[in-house]
Amino acid sequence: MARMVTTQRKVISTAAAWLVGFLIFFPILWMVLASFKTELEAFAIPPSFLFFHWTTENYVTVQERSDYLHHALNSILIAGGSTLIAMLIAIPAAWSMAFSPTKRTKDILLWMLSTKMMPPVGVLVPIYLIYRDFGLLDTRTGLIFILCLGNLPIVIWMLFTYFKEIPKDILEAARMDGATIGRELVYVLTPMAIPGLASTLLLNLILAWNEAFWTLNLSTLEAAPLTTFIASYSSPEGLFWAKLSAASTLAIAPILVLGWFSQRQLVRGLTFGAVK
Amino acid sequence: MGQITLQGVQKSFGPVHIIKGADLDIADGSFVVFVGPSGCGKTTLLRLIAGLEDVTGGAIMIDGKNVVDVPPAKRGLSMVFQSYALYPHMSVRGNIAFGLKMAGLPKDEINKKVEGAAATLNLTPYLDRKPRELSGGQRQRVAIGRAIVREPKAFLFDEPLSNLDAALRVQMRLEVTRLQKQLATTAIYVTHDQVEAMTMADKIVVLNAGKIEQYGSPLELYERPANLFVAGFIGSPKMNFVTGEEAKQQGAATIGVRPEHLKVERDGQGWQGTVSVAEHLGSDTFLYVDCGPLGMLTARYVGELGLHPGDKVSLTPEPGRIHRFDEGGKSIRA
Repeated sequence: MARMVTTQRKVISTAAAWLVGFLIFFPILWMVLASFKTELEAFAIPPSFLFFHWTTENYVTVQERSDYLHHALNSILIAGGSTLIAMLIAIPAAWSMAFSPTKRTKDILLWMLSTKMMPPVGVLVPIYLIYRDFGLLDTRTGLIFILCLGNLPIVIWMLFTYFKEIPKDILEAARMDGATIGRELVYVLTPMAIPGLASTLLLNLILAWNEAFWTLNLSTLEAAPLTTFIASYSSPEGLFWAKLSAASTLAIAPILVLGWFSQRQLVRGLTFGAVK
Repeated sequence: MGQITLQGVQKSFGPVHIIKGADLDIADGSFVVFVGPSGCGKTTLLRLIAGLEDVTGGAIMIDGKNVVDVPPAKRGLSMVFQSYALYPHMSVRGNIAFGLKMAGLPKDEINKKVEGAAATLNLTPYLDRKPRELSGGQRQRVAIGRAIVREPKAFLFDEPLSNLDAALRVQMRLEVTRLQKQLATTAIYVTHDQVEAMTMADKIVVLNAGKIEQYGSPLELYERPANLFVAGFIGSPKMNFVTGEEAKQQGAATIGVRPEHLKVERDGQGWQGTVSVAEHLGSDTFLYVDCGPLGMLTARYVGELGLHPGDKVSLTPEPGRIHRFDEGGKSIRA
């Protein structure tokens, strides 16, 4: 089916794409703008878009009131640690399921996914009590552990789909070529799996970074990551929109930058296998 | 050297018997083709020889040594896969060199061998390309290059040409045959295409439902098929089979006549029938003739006889070209 693509049509679709892109990006933009406003201007009606008193006082207050770097470090340790451990467990698991599946492989995969269908709040009380008894409340270890377990099913599923895409023939060809299991891993499998591993790692990092339910409920100060840091600006004394925005901007900045630079990898990862 | 002997080789997947006891002697330097309908076990048999599957019973001897417990890499064989199975992240050079690198050869020796193999296969200009930048035929050549560079005892080909278009397939068929003769290395080639089997093989193994039906040279199989299955499988178009009274007169349960061994006449004393379809190729005419109680028979006429659907014809089998089979389908030899 050949279709004439006129300049006019191109202009319209480009404009529409920009509009949709802007709509999606708008909440983040608005938050960043609000973080540079005074508290009064932040909820003024009608809102001012660009013409207001630009100020950085919110950032100063936020840094004075709570230690951003402490929370950021917690976020990095918790997201990074849980991702790393999840990958270490998931790689061999997905590997064996992709390359030597048994009759029950499908069931196990479904069972793992089904754990993600349960609302986490359903097990909050037992987990909280276990954590209390084991002294894991408000510890990085505890948060790493719970986030790792929470994301494990998704990580295994993603890796499983990647590994399944690697044709078995190629592994057999390597075996015929005289590669031992170790060399097969180093020279053939890993290079072919790297794009999949990278996008899984990235996605898991973002999921862990943004996770709020468990981090809010199981940490207070010591181990609290940036999610708790943001939440602390919504207090009974009232909402401080500008400060909340400043805190949120600070909290999402690292992951936003990471996502920006790895978007090509991420998109490839999320649509992998969809189109052959 | 590359003499391969199978002794009572069996393979089952759970309760399913894929290979039911295969005995075979493959002489050094010969080109042997495994042919049979899909699901007959030909690929499985090849993979057993390669070591990619473990045998359930029997012995596989390579140059007199039983290799059933030897891993694939140590059997000294190389394989060309249907999907080519090239390493996508390596250049053509890397693909061809991989086996030599694994064998721990020195760098300059690897380079010399890779360049030699590439020259043989006209791949020299493509050595630094990735597989995805090559056409199907070129990829196929890289897969073959990877196999020959290791100077194996035998090549194993698993339907290597089935992903190519018809014209390229004929060309690669010639190239593979020529290359094998030039290297004088034993080759086992799996295909479901009997034309490939007939044109390439020194000897053909016809497999059906996990059993070797016959092992012999292409012409042997054509002229003296061991049973109904081989008679029907080898030859194109298929052999005609006639049962009943006509067969009984010849002292057989079934008689078979190849389309090219039926004399076609407008009026004659042979089997009478009506042309239902006529395919005119110019050089040949294929006639599908409804012969009433004898059934639908295929006949080949060299040249053009000007027959059309509905015309009456007479078909006479050439004397001495009638194959006779007993109740069990076995060939009856006079």
